[in-house]
Amino acid sequence: MQENNSEKRAVLKDYSVLRESLADVDVLPEGIMRLNLGPAHPATHGILQNIIDIDGETIVKARPVIGYVHRTFEKLGESYTYNQFLTCVDRMNYVSPPMNNIAWVVAAEEIIKIKAPPRAQVIRTIINELSRISDHIICNGILGVDLGAYTGLLYLFHFREKIYDILEKMTGARLTTTFTRIGGLELDMYPDFVKDVKAFLKEYPKVLKDFNALLIKNRIFIDRTRGIGAISAENAIQWGYTGPNLRAAGVAYDVRKAYPYLVYDQVDFDIPVGVDGSNYDRFLVRIEEMEQSVKIVSQLIDNIPDGPFKKEDYHFSLPPKDEVFSSMEQMIYHFKQVMHGISVPPGEYYSGAEAANGELGFYVVSDGTDKPYRIHVRRPCFWYYQSFPELVEGGLIADAISTMSSLNVIAGELDG
Amino acid sequence: MGVEKYLGDSIFATSLSSVANWARKGSLWPYPYGTACCSIEFMSVMCSDFDIARFGAERPSFSPRQADLLMVLGTITYKMAPVLWRVYHTMSEPKWVICVGACASSGGMFDSYAVLQGIDRIIPVDMYVPGCPPRPEMMLDALIKLQQKIQKESLNDPKYQERSDYLQRIFEESDIEVKK
Amino acid sequence: MRHLDSSANAALLKTIQSEWSGKIIKAEENRNMVVVELDKSQLVALMSYLKEKHSFDMLMDLTAVDFLGKRDARFEMVYMLFATKSLQRIRVKVPLAEGEKVPSLIDIWKGANWPEREVFDLMGIEFENHPLMERLIMPDGYIGNPLRKDFPLKGRGEDYLIESILMPVKQELKVK
Repeated sequence: MQENNSEKRAVLKDYSVLRESLADVDVLPEGIMRLNLGPAHPATHGILQNIIDIDGETIVKARPVIGYVHRTFEKLGESYTYNQFLTCVDRMNYVSPPMNNIAWVVAAEEIIKIKAPPRAQVIRTIINELSRISDHIICNGILGVDLGAYTGLLYLFHFREKIYDILEKMTGARLTTTFTRIGGLELDMYPDFVKDVKAFLKEYPKVLKDFNALLIKNRIFIDRTRGIGAISAENAIQWGYTGPNLRAAGVAYDVRKAYPYLVYDQVDFDIPVGVDGSNYDRFLVRIEEMEQSVKIVSQLIDNIPDGPFKKEDYHFSLPPKDEVFSSMEQMIYHFKQVMHGISVPPGEYYSGAEAANGELGFYVVSDGTDKPYRIHVRRPCFWYYQSFPELVEGGLIADAISTMSSLNVIAGELDG
Repeated sequence: MGVEKYLGDSIFATSLSSVANWARKGSLWPYPYGTACCSIEFMSVMCSDFDIARFGAERPSFSPRQADLLMVLGTITYKMAPVLWRVYHTMSEPKWVICVGACASSGGMFDSYAVLQGIDRIIPVDMYVPGCPPRPEMMLDALIKLQQKIQKESLNDPKYQERSDYLQRIFEESDIEVKK
Repeated sequence: MRHLDSSANAALLKTIQSEWSGKIIKAEENRNMVVVELDKSQLVALMSYLKEKHSFDMLMDLTAVDFLGKRDARFEMVYMLFATKSLQRIRVKVPLAEGEKVPSLIDIWKGANWPEREVFDLMGIEFENHPLMERLIMPDGYIGNPLRKDFPLKGRGEDYLIESILMPVKQELKVK
């Protein structure tokens, strides 16, 4: 009953010699067909094109082509100030925008060498973990949809709307939130925030259990995902994997534990680690991470410290509006910040944070003015999508679809 | 329905027009051409909270041949523009286009070297939905307004008379003779 | 990067300064990360040494910066390495003049494939021994290297890419 998929795979032919000769030929050998998988393709993962050469249903060679949603974030960043770049960062990984906001603000605050007050740090951590849950809902739900299990996604989406409701009441927008500022948050939390988050935390573990019951022990799901798209730990490190994909391959690296930021050193949580890096392991690692996120939020939600939500040093954050209109110094601070921006010491700096996909890093070169000289975004999807041909060559087309879906490639982040 | 080719250009059909338009507007099957953030909002619209199926858009199709309504969701770059053009011209008449979001309408906040400043430079658009991203209720509002627009259409509209540009070009480039 | 313990950085800096004293331009510690600047001829040797002797097994990031007008060497390649066991990071920088080619790191880390293509596409720096040195992100017929400082943000007129599919613009008739 418990057949191993990798043994079945060994029966398929060895295509390595054929693959070399297919480099860029126009006339294909007999029996090989060149098919275009994308860019507008049914799995709602965004715009990813793969030119695959197939022999029957088996993929002999795959060539990904990217760049269809190149939205020029790095060049735009050179003409925006540090606070304005938050609007760009939102649009990168568009399934969990608050995480990108927080990653950028953590990097910017480290460059300027200021620290946000504790209240802002705790609220940022709570929103960070809720966005991580919403990202994993999409990844796991869509993996189910690609294999035919539509019910799980519809059920989980209702709870993703609840996270959206919390974000909308807090920041004003569902998706492009832009709610952190350098020095703290834009607005304080609304009065019912604790109540709403607690209601969500009460319902969500049971929902996750129901979703698991649909898929984890399902024979079809296990056959289609176990052993497929497997990658070993050294291979994953060679390619530059980070995040849940690396943890599924067996390496316990998480930026929240290695280089703690926000309040991650004060909460207690575990890092799930997989065995062979296959699609099934990635699915399980994400489910387990959602449960750990619920654990983190429930530790923090009762202990939000009082105090200011924004650093009171008005060199870096805008003063409150009623003081701007009544007091002279606050008006001068406001004017200086809006017209001239924050002055940042020259130099270069790299900082990374744990986004839902992996380590989202920002390398900033500053020349002393209020606009960065060069921003480079280390996008996690870019580094692990280049290994896609290695994961799918020799397998079937249907397995390629499920591998693409379980790797969680977000096209907006990949090309930007 | 194909009634247009029997009418020629000297007959005006009124009741037939309204019946045909009622049938067309009540079952607009969308093609969600999702590129970026707006496609995530469209996923919310498709799911149970803001159900789009109650307006007739029951079956999102990913094959242009089987879709009526092209919804362009997200940024279109210069690299993607020929693909969008080809998908539009592969769809068969009657077809409508809803352009969702600021990026598809006019380039959005990305006024830069790689982003096409508006898809109406390459395909004709029926409805623009502003927002970054627009709320799901706005997309439903756009669908309702498009349904009202379809109800007022006439079967003698010139767009139903002429062949699509893409097909014309294919016929011109090959040596196929077209019987008129 | 915020680091838990900085004594490891000091030890690493000392080792590099003693063993590579004549072959690198400089090595220093800059905000919790050791930074080594060297010439491109020693790049592959230093990278293999760091990977084997100090177990920096992951290439975390690879990028280039354009210092047009501010420095003599116009470009600077930046590599960021990471050790998964000891959680240490190091940054390696290579100054380049315009038109110079850099040896590729693809034999040491497979993950250097696409980032080098991206740098070639957006900055115009070529890499030797790369299996497929082609444009990755911009369309195939594109002319120019967008991330350079002399390339404007709004581009130089990209309509040549979609000439055949543009819809005709309606001309307004002027009535006299």
